[in-house]
Amino acid sequence: MEDLDNRATQALTEIDKADTLDSLDALRVSLLGKSGIITAALKTLGSLSPEEKKSRGAEVNRVKERIADALAARKQTLEQAELDRRLASEKLDITLPGRDGERGGIHPITRALERISSIFARLGYQRADGPEIEDDWHNFEALNFPPHHPARAMHDTFYFGDGRLLRTHTSPVQIRSMKGRQPPIRIIAPGKVYRSDSDQTHSPMFHQIEGLLVDETSSFADLKGTLAEFIRAFFERDFEMRFRPSYFPFTEPSAEVDIRWDAEDGSTRWLEVLGCGMVHPNVLKNCGIDPERYTGFAFGLGVERFAMLRYGVSDLRAFFENDLRFLKQFA
Amino acid sequence: MKFSENWLRHHVPTRASRDELAATLTAIGLEVEDVAPLGDSLDGVIVARIVNAKKHPEADRLQVCDVDTGNGIVQIVCGAPNARAGLVAPLATVGANLPGGIAIKAAKLRGVESFGMLCSAKELGVDPDASGLLELPDDAPIGTPLATYLGLPDASIEIKLTPNRADCFSVRGIAFDVAAALGSEVIPLDTTPVPAQSDATMNVVLDAGARVPRFAGRVIDNVNANVKTPVWMAERLRRSGLRPISFLVDVTQYVMLELGQPMHAFDKDKLEGEIVVRPARTGEPLALLDGRTVELDDDFLVVSDSQGGRGARAVALGGIMGGSDTRVTDDTRNVFLEAAHWIPSAIIGRSRKLGMHTDAGHRFERGVDPQLPGIAVEYATRLILDIAGGVPGPLLDVTLPEHLQSPKPILLRRARLARVLGLTVADAEVVRIFTALGMKVEALADGWSVTAPSRRFDIEREEDLIEEVARIHGYENIPTHTPAGALTLAAEPEARLNELAVREQLAARDYYEAVNLAFIGNDVLQRWGMTEQLVPLANPLSADLAVMRPSLLPGLIVALSHNRARQQERVRLFELGRTFHIGEAAVARKDAPTETPTLAIVACGAAQAEQWGETARPLDFYDLKGDLDALIAWGGEPQRWTVHADSLPGWLHPGRSARVARDGHTVGYLGALHPQLAKALDLGPDVHVLELALDPLLDRRLPKAQAVPRFPAVRRDIAVDVPEQVSWSQIEHAVRGSLGTALVALRLFDRYSGKGVEAGRKSLAMGLILQDASRTLTDDDADRCVRNAVAALEVSCEAKLRG
Repeated sequence: MEDLDNRATQALTEIDKADTLDSLDALRVSLLGKSGIITAALKTLGSLSPEEKKSRGAEVNRVKERIADALAARKQTLEQAELDRRLASEKLDITLPGRDGERGGIHPITRALERISSIFARLGYQRADGPEIEDDWHNFEALNFPPHHPARAMHDTFYFGDGRLLRTHTSPVQIRSMKGRQPPIRIIAPGKVYRSDSDQTHSPMFHQIEGLLVDETSSFADLKGTLAEFIRAFFERDFEMRFRPSYFPFTEPSAEVDIRWDAEDGSTRWLEVLGCGMVHPNVLKNCGIDPERYTGFAFGLGVERFAMLRYGVSDLRAFFENDLRFLKQFA
Repeated sequence: MKFSENWLRHHVPTRASRDELAATLTAIGLEVEDVAPLGDSLDGVIVARIVNAKKHPEADRLQVCDVDTGNGIVQIVCGAPNARAGLVAPLATVGANLPGGIAIKAAKLRGVESFGMLCSAKELGVDPDASGLLELPDDAPIGTPLATYLGLPDASIEIKLTPNRADCFSVRGIAFDVAAALGSEVIPLDTTPVPAQSDATMNVVLDAGARVPRFAGRVIDNVNANVKTPVWMAERLRRSGLRPISFLVDVTQYVMLELGQPMHAFDKDKLEGEIVVRPARTGEPLALLDGRTVELDDDFLVVSDSQGGRGARAVALGGIMGGSDTRVTDDTRNVFLEAAHWIPSAIIGRSRKLGMHTDAGHRFERGVDPQLPGIAVEYATRLILDIAGGVPGPLLDVTLPEHLQSPKPILLRRARLARVLGLTVADAEVVRIFTALGMKVEALADGWSVTAPSRRFDIEREEDLIEEVARIHGYENIPTHTPAGALTLAAEPEARLNELAVREQLAARDYYEAVNLAFIGNDVLQRWGMTEQLVPLANPLSADLAVMRPSLLPGLIVALSHNRARQQERVRLFELGRTFHIGEAAVARKDAPTETPTLAIVACGAAQAEQWGETARPLDFYDLKGDLDALIAWGGEPQRWTVHADSLPGWLHPGRSARVARDGHTVGYLGALHPQLAKALDLGPDVHVLELALDPLLDRRLPKAQAVPRFPAVRRDIAVDVPEQVSWSQIEHAVRGSLGTALVALRLFDRYSGKGVEAGRKSLAMGLILQDASRTLTDDDADRCVRNAVAALEVSCEAKLRG
């Protein structure tokens, strides 16, 4: 018995000394295997009396458990050390660039246009569209610009040989959206428009967004409220706003909207951002809508102007040069 | 429209400051563009006379002047070229502070003492003229403060007028708006007729129908045309942006600015016989006041006299400019004043046709008060008689009454006013506004009957009256609401992608969005061979912006080259925009051109951005094909799309390009640029492009869920070799045809030619993913599938099974 205890003590020392998983495993075989000390000790039990057998047996099992626990503990220690060693050797330079991480970007005009459209979409305005090559009726006449009207002179128009023209504003979409349907109508019509004018502050092609609301209750007060909400939502801040009487043949009363803009030098100035007004009764009539029953308001804005203000673009022409060094700033 | 502030205040008394006045003008729709203060700081500047001028002993350019201040003589050293004895000019005395910040002190100039400064208009801040001393009239009262004499301080105010407010091309027109906005009243104009003192008159015939329904005039004999224009009149003209010319011309300009009626003064002695107002004859020449001789056509109107026959000689271009033959000069003794009503449609565009712009033409294009000609003639007569003397004949006022309409009463309903504005305006305020604007108002039970004065011919209907109330009451006084109307939610079609989704997908695939002008030049299109079905502009800005683009690619390639020239080796751009086409038949039918929403991609450089972990390789066809596949996949129905090697456009590489079809209809192309085109554009072989009609891409399948397969799939790999020219789609077709629904996917995982494969053939290795919806496939099932597939490939693709 003492012999077993000695052997066990010795075994535990050896287990602690085992420094590889292989030597530990060899030790396990020599201790707990068929020719190990435990098996040998169990073999001696046969010659003992039942009482002795019982107490001796229990003792052998305790020794066996101690050895097994020691083996398991040592194994875990060695495995952990092994893992630590491996992990230490597997370190990546995580600051290297990842694969295929390049991405492009959307043009700032699109970005502003989508932002504006989505603000109005939340107010229930449905997106509408129309052709860029228009006829005189939709672009001018239905919008209450009679032939030879001086307001036409404000629209430097591109014409085609057949008398058609490039739409000078998105307002003809109003006509196309109202024709053949009845209010309530809420539409937003973004798109390209054209004027034969080209210099530092004018591009012969630019983008407008037209908004139109027609129903049984709308008033100039509603127009003011709608645009004030829109300006606040687009710029994410409050502005001092001013509605100035103006003139568009297709709205009356008409207004231009200025916001009080802070220049970079700290000064402030009024900046015109929108044109709007109550839809002219002639326009409603031209579209088969009863102006006695329905009133409406319309507004139009230049997307480039909003993009310039929002993103700090100072040169209109940059939008159409497609220089990647410019485009990448909006990715 | 530019005018003098003091002139306006002369017609409408108000205590409002200059700033308040300017703010008011803008707030009522007469947007102030500029306010230029004049003579704000002229204390100590007086009217003085140079009594003696002699050369400075030490300086060639200076003179030493003795100047009469009305209170003694002072010595002034002066460098102005026009300083001379006898000249009356402004003198800034010692202690004065001029607008430019110049403080006047006694000083020695080159050793000679000077007690003040003789001034130019610029130094006084009254005019940009710095060429010499401001020359004042001889009779200017010496010693009087200059500000008092010139009516200073004042300001030149410039307003931007909207096309509907033709009435505000006059000081009095503006005055009515200001009166209404500031609670004041316009001082009535003295319209007492000037009694005739002779029978002298002209016989005038109106022969242009509705285009000239009124012509007023008057003969004034024995006028002193040489008289100098009074300072007050000259200053008002100057401050309104006009240069005084000569007295008679200045009077007509003055009346035009004050009342709004353009006028003309003829030298009566140069006119012969009857005056006829008529359309011009084609080819008719007319020598104009500005020295040009123009050739007219029957679109123009003229005033003619009867030299060489009745109405034979044109003497003025109607509504635009007088002729030079009959103009007034310093020698004129007898004058014929003219003020006619030319309707806008008879004048619009005519000046532009001749490449000219006149104040008269501008006003008549917008419209002038038809009642004004007679009033203007009376007013001008009085001014001429007061200043230059003369004997007036009777007022001549020839009209075609059937073509002259007088304003009609318009009904404004109280309820409509409140509804449109979202504001109830007090009855008294409504009445006050209309009255101050010079309108006649009659109260009715449910509103008002309003008659506008004839100068407000823009007021035609109820909405016009509502606008008047709104702008004078103040837009800022209208409340701010959010609409309460019915809100219907539009059903967004789910089976339709929006353009933003396509844009975002391409941005995620490393492309930047470009926006090009929608016009392009014929020469660029020629180079691309895009010469058919073009839609040219009738009035392009320039030759390189002459045609509506038939494709987005030429413009995108220009953008690509622009970036390449700026050290960007790898350029990847896309654009969404419309392309424009029209066929001959459509032209003949006068149909509109078609506008096709289109997507295009251009790319060049390496396939991936320069990177440490992958081998760099140039972009090729399959990179763009991958973009196409990804775009198509979004719609969920790739089986509707096919690519074809035939019928390619000339701008594509014939072997490295594809025609894309959906349901068998061509919807676009992709591939490498044709080497010849690439060379012509100075580009390399790496430039690849894709262009597709956008609509088919946006079409999306609405998902309809199927049960997930309950039985596992099995995979069998096969490798075959086939002749080089056999396409993958032929192989795919053969395999799919032989296996039917058992084949759920076919994956090509290797493509090889070279060593080990017979020349002219290629080896393809593919995985067959097989599955049955009702049971697990056995090895036998799978083997049979492989045999069928191989057999089909052998028959239709000359395939040999490998290994």
